[in-house]
Amino acid sequence: MTGLYLHIPFCARKCPYCAFFSVPYRKGTVAAYTEAVKRNIAACGLTDRVDTVYFGGGTPSLLTAAQVSDILNTCAKYLHLAPEPEITLEYDPTGSRETYLRDLYAAGVDRLSIGTQSFSDRQLKLLGRTHTAQQGKKAVLTAYAAGFRNISCDLMLAVPEQTAELLAETLQTLTELPVVHVSAYLLQVEEGTPLAGDAALLARCPDEDAAADLYLQAVHTLENAGLHQYEVSSFAREGFESRHNLKYWCCEPYFGIGAGAHACCFGKRSCVPEDIAAFLEAERQPEQLLSASPCDPEERLMLGLRLTEGVPSERLPGKQKIPALQKAGYLRERNGKTVLTPEGFAVSNAVITELLT
Amino acid sequence: MDPKYIRNFCIIAHIDHGKSTLADRILEKTRTVAERDMEQQILDNMELERERGITIKARAVRLQYQAKDGETYIFDLIDTPGHVDFNYEVSRSLAACEGAILIVDASQGIEAQTLANTYLAIEHDLEVIPVVNKIDLPSAQPERVCQEVEDIIGIPAMDAPRISAKLGTNIEEVLERIVTDIPAPQADKNAPLRALIFDSYYDPYKGVIIYVRVKDGTVQVGDTIRLMATGAEFTVTETGYMTTDQLVNTGVLEAGEVGYIAASIKSIGDTQVGDTVTLAERPCTEPLPGYRKVNPMVFSGIYPADGARYGDLRDALEKLQLNDAALSFEPETSVALGFGFRCGFLGLLHMEIIQERLEREYNLDLITTAPSVIYKVTLTDGTVQYIDNPTNYPDPSLIAQAEEPLVKADILVPSEYVGNVMDLCQDRRGTFKDMQYLDDTRVTLKYELPLNEIVYDFFDALKSRTRGYASFDYELMGYAPSKLVKLDILLNGEVVDALSFIIHTDKAYARGRKIAEKLKENIPRQLFEVPIQAAIGGKIIARETVKAMRKDVLAKCYGGDITRKKKLLEKQKEGKKRMRQLGTVEVPQEAFMSVLKLDE
Repeated sequence: MTGLYLHIPFCARKCPYCAFFSVPYRKGTVAAYTEAVKRNIAACGLTDRVDTVYFGGGTPSLLTAAQVSDILNTCAKYLHLAPEPEITLEYDPTGSRETYLRDLYAAGVDRLSIGTQSFSDRQLKLLGRTHTAQQGKKAVLTAYAAGFRNISCDLMLAVPEQTAELLAETLQTLTELPVVHVSAYLLQVEEGTPLAGDAALLARCPDEDAAADLYLQAVHTLENAGLHQYEVSSFAREGFESRHNLKYWCCEPYFGIGAGAHACCFGKRSCVPEDIAAFLEAERQPEQLLSASPCDPEERLMLGLRLTEGVPSERLPGKQKIPALQKAGYLRERNGKTVLTPEGFAVSNAVITELLT
Repeated sequence: MDPKYIRNFCIIAHIDHGKSTLADRILEKTRTVAERDMEQQILDNMELERERGITIKARAVRLQYQAKDGETYIFDLIDTPGHVDFNYEVSRSLAACEGAILIVDASQGIEAQTLANTYLAIEHDLEVIPVVNKIDLPSAQPERVCQEVEDIIGIPAMDAPRISAKLGTNIEEVLERIVTDIPAPQADKNAPLRALIFDSYYDPYKGVIIYVRVKDGTVQVGDTIRLMATGAEFTVTETGYMTTDQLVNTGVLEAGEVGYIAASIKSIGDTQVGDTVTLAERPCTEPLPGYRKVNPMVFSGIYPADGARYGDLRDALEKLQLNDAALSFEPETSVALGFGFRCGFLGLLHMEIIQERLEREYNLDLITTAPSVIYKVTLTDGTVQYIDNPTNYPDPSLIAQAEEPLVKADILVPSEYVGNVMDLCQDRRGTFKDMQYLDDTRVTLKYELPLNEIVYDFFDALKSRTRGYASFDYELMGYAPSKLVKLDILLNGEVVDALSFIIHTDKAYARGRKIAEKLKENIPRQLFEVPIQAAIGGKIIARETVKAMRKDVLAKCYGGDITRKKKLLEKQKEGKKRMRQLGTVEVPQEAFMSVLKLDE
C-alpha cells in the first residue's frame, strides 16, 4: 500500500517561525497548480494500492472544495484507491466556513488536521498566527458539525511566554473538544526565519529545561485524556493514528506531487524542486534524487525510534551503550523491542547519534 | 674589502618606537630598495611579524652608503627582535656588530625592553648611538628624553639625532653618525678563519644557510670549513652577502664582513648558533666566545585536534625548528589527548607565535595544554628531578622539597599606575625589591616573581591594569623553595591528565574553582550529567555539574521530508568525532583551550 502526498505550497501569510516552502496565495496560480497536480496524478504510474492521500502545505485549505474534489476524482480515476482510504487535509482555522467543510467532506476528505497551535490568544499573537483561540475552537466544532469524526489539532510547545499553567489551559481546551489526534511540536527556531532574527522574542521562549518540562507535561496530560503517544510528536485515540504519517516512520512507500513534495517510492527517495514555475510548466514534474538506497538500517533506526512501537532490540546497533541509556531512563525494553521513553524522545537526536557512533 | 669602510650595526627599540620604520628609511636612503619596491616593514616579512608589528627572527642586510667624506661604506644592518622572549636572538645579533642604534620614542621615553637590550649592547662593548624618533608628534619632548637616556643609561645623548622616521626627517644625520661613531671592525684577513654563526635557516635547495660575522681570515667557495663545536666539515658552495630579498654570491667573505655561507649542510643540528667556523686546513686555535645557550623556560603539550594528523604535526615542528633553534619538542602521550609533543619555549609570546605558525603555515588544528615551567623536586631519597610536565609530578609523600624558578622583573610604569602594578605583583606572589623614580612621572619597579605566575597571563594583566603603558622585562634568577601542589581536574570522576597543573598551594583553591566554572561553560550538556571536580591529592576543592541535556529533538518532519533529520544526524555524528571522548564524557577542543585564558 502506498501513500500519496500532495503539496499545496500557498499561504495567505507566512508564519514567522516557518521554514517550509510556500509562496503567497494567487488565485490564478492555484488553479493552474491544481491542473498540474491532476496531470501528475494521471501520469505518476503508481500501480500499487493507494490507501492514504494527504493534502499538506502551505495551506491546502486555500484550495476550493471544487479543486479538492477535482483532485480526488482524478485519484479515483487513475489510481487504485484502497477501500476506505484515509484522506487528510491540513486546515487553517482562520475564518471557518461550514459549507466549505461540508463540501470537503462530501468530496471524500475524511480527516482534518487543523492548525490550532494554541488556545491562548496572547501566544497565537506572539507566534504571528492570524486566528484567535475562539476561531480555533470554532474550526474544530464546525468540522465536527460538518461530519468530520477524524479531527487532528496541531499544538506548538515551548512557544514564547508559555508556562506550565498556560499549557495546561490549552490542553484542557483541546481535550474537551472532539479531537481524536494531536500533533504536538516543540517550536524549532529555524535559521533564516523572522523568528530567528527576533532576539527579543527568542529571549521570551522557555529555556531547554522548561521546554523539556512542557513537552513532558503535554505527553502526560494527553495520555491521561486518552490520547496516547504513538510517535515523538503524535498522539491519538486508539485507532485514530495517522495511517499516512506512519508510512514515513515505518519506511513504507509514499509518493509526492507538487513543488517541494518528497517521496520514498520506486526504491528511492526523491523530491520535487521547490520551484512552482518549473512544476507548472513541466508535463511531468521534475524530480531530484535524494537517495538510491532508502530505508537502510540507519534510516530505519532513526525513523523507527520515533515510534512508541520501537524497533526490534536485536537490530539495535551500539549495544554496549544501551545499559547506560536505560539506566538514565531514555530507553526501555518491551516485548523484544527497544523504545524511547518520553524523556528519551525529548533527546532522541542525541540518543540515536549515541547508538550510531 | 678594507674593513675601514665596513660598519656593522643593529637597531634596538621598544615595540612601536619605530625600528622597522627607521630600517625602511635607511634602506630607502641608501637606495638598497628601489622606491617602487618599497613596502612597509620590509625586514619583517613574516606574515605574523607584520600583523603583530614585531620582529621575531633576526635578519641581516647589506647596504651601501656614500658618506659626506666622499667614501662609500658598507653597512651591515642586523635587525633584531625587541621582545623579552627573543632576547637570545638579540644577543646573537649584538655579537656580530660593533655598534647599535638605540631608538627612543620622543613622547614615551625609555621602556623596560629597550633598557634591557641596551645594557646587553653595552655588555657586548657596542658603541650605542641614541636616536630620538617621532619628533613630529605634538607630545614629543626630545630634550626630556635625551636627559632620560643620559640619566638612566648613562651615555651622552644631548646631541642625539632628532628624527622622524615616518616623515624621513634627519635620516642623513643617522647615516653619518653610523660612519663617524661606530668603529670599523678590527679584523685581520690573513689570520686563520674565525667566523661567528649568529643565525641559520634551512633552504630546501642549498641546505642550511648560516649567517656569519667573519672576525678574522677569509672564506671562499671551495674551502673546506670546520664547525668547531661539532667538528663537522663541509665544502663551501656559496658565500656572499644578503640583500633584502636575496643572497648575493660573491664567492668570498673577508674579515669584518657579515654574510652567509652555504655548504650543502643537511642538518640544522650541525650548525649551532654561537659556534665558530674555521678552515679545516688552517684552523684557528681558539673559538670565538659563544653566547649563552638558550634554554626553554616554558613548556606546553601540543596535540593535533585530529589525532590522525600527529605525523603532520611532527613534520611541522621539525620544519619550524630548522629556523628556530630555541624551540624544543619531544613526543608525549596523554590519556585525554592522545599522541602529541611536549614543547619548550623561551616564553609565552614564543609559545603563541609557534602555535600560530603551526596553525597558519601548516594548517593544523591544535589543542594545547596549560603552560608549565620547570620545577625542581628533591625526593625523600635525595634524588633531584626536574619536572616540566605536571603529569610526571611525584606523589607528595615522596617529595622532600619542591622548588620553582624565580625571575627578576623590571617594570617601567607611569607613576599613577604604580599601585595597580604593585597589587598585581602582590597577587602573583611577587617580592618587592626596589622602586625608583626615573623622572617626575615614571617609575621603575623591581620585583622577584615566580616564573609560573608570569607565564600564565601576566603580560596581558599588566597591560590591562596600566592601560597599556607599562613595559616589562625579566631574567631568570634561579630556584626557590615553594609550597607547590598538583591540581587535578576530574570529569565524571576520572582525572583528565591534560588539565592537571602545578600551582602554589595558596592559589590552588581559587584556580581550581575558576577552571571548574570555565569547563562548565565550555562542556556542552550531554545525555549524562557530567560532574566536574578540582582536586588536590584526593581532596575535592571545587565542584560543578554540567546537567544532562533535556531537549534535542527534531519534532517536525514534514510531508515525509526526512532530509533535515538525516543532515542533522550526520552533523551530530561529525560533531562527536571532533570531541574528545573521556570515558563517557565528550569534551570539545574549546574546553581544553578555555582553561588557558581564565581572565577573559
